[in-house]
Amino acid sequence: MGWIGDTVDSIKSIQIRQLLTQAVSLGMIVTSALIIWKALMCITGSESPVVVVLSGSMEPGFKRGDILFLHMSKDPIRAGEIVVFNIDGREIPIVHRVIKVHERQDTGEVEVLTKGDNNYGDDRLLYAQGQLWLQRHHIMGRAVGFLPYVGWVTIIMTEKPIIKYILIGALGLLVITSKD
Amino acid sequence: MASLSDNFNSPSPSSQIQILNINWFQKQPHGNDEVSLTMNITADLQSLFTWNTKQVFVFLAAEYETLKNSLNQVSLWDAIIPTKEHAKFWVQTANKYRFVDQGSNLRGKEFNLTLHWHVMPKTGKMFVDKLVMSGFRLPEEYR
Repeated sequence: MGWIGDTVDSIKSIQIRQLLTQAVSLGMIVTSALIIWKALMCITGSESPVVVVLSGSMEPGFKRGDILFLHMSKDPIRAGEIVVFNIDGREIPIVHRVIKVHERQDTGEVEVLTKGDNNYGDDRLLYAQGQLWLQRHHIMGRAVGFLPYVGWVTIIMTEKPIIKYILIGALGLLVITSKD
Repeated sequence: MASLSDNFNSPSPSSQIQILNINWFQKQPHGNDEVSLTMNITADLQSLFTWNTKQVFVFLAAEYETLKNSLNQVSLWDAIIPTKEHAKFWVQTANKYRFVDQGSNLRGKEFNLTLHWHVMPKTGKMFVDKLVMSGFRLPEEYR
């Protein structure tokens, strides 16, 4: 009966080795993606170098599902720039245009008011209670370029998470069943 | 890639602004000056359009300096120009957004009216430029 034990052992060791190889490959893919993302963050100087447009408030310029490329330089914020900002207490960043700028003589600090091109009123309704202006620290980046439609993948995966699981499942299956 | 060809476009936009009337000029209860004015805005922005242009966003900002603020930019009017045909226009309008100062510094204030345009591409990089028209001045007294 010893040789049955030996065969089982050798089969198990092959499977474990294959499994480990697959796990490492998967790990490498995920790590490379992370490295690319972090590098983009460094290059563009923005916490979030790419965002997906989620609402219609900047139509017809930007539509839901478009991707915006962001860049944050030390240049002062000026009227007309399209900025991405966070409101304290809200997780989802907003992409709107700056319509008013007041820059202080003494500190150089700036107070801005934003508005979506397609909205009737300015963003004061969106700001936190009692907040009248945005400051530089609220702003994550300026939109400098864009690609249409590409962001729909992210929107679909967020709004219908089942698709995300199917996708990850399929990817996992692909990695496991591929022989290299 | 698509917007590489946009770099070869050398646009020649033009514009003129006239202030027709100062409708009113007050110090508001919160202590800030506010003015309402009616303007004639004429512009020809047709040369900004290329095959890769989706729209041009244009806005007119009043720009001035005060003791407290080195720069104040207040958008008074904006419009979306969807096609080249719409890019040559004449508009008579009151200011769309409130012209409010941070403080009470507007009496007799000299200011520029700057026409800014943002050319939004079908894909790729956005182009931005402006035309500064100076020599405007608010009344010495409230009215």
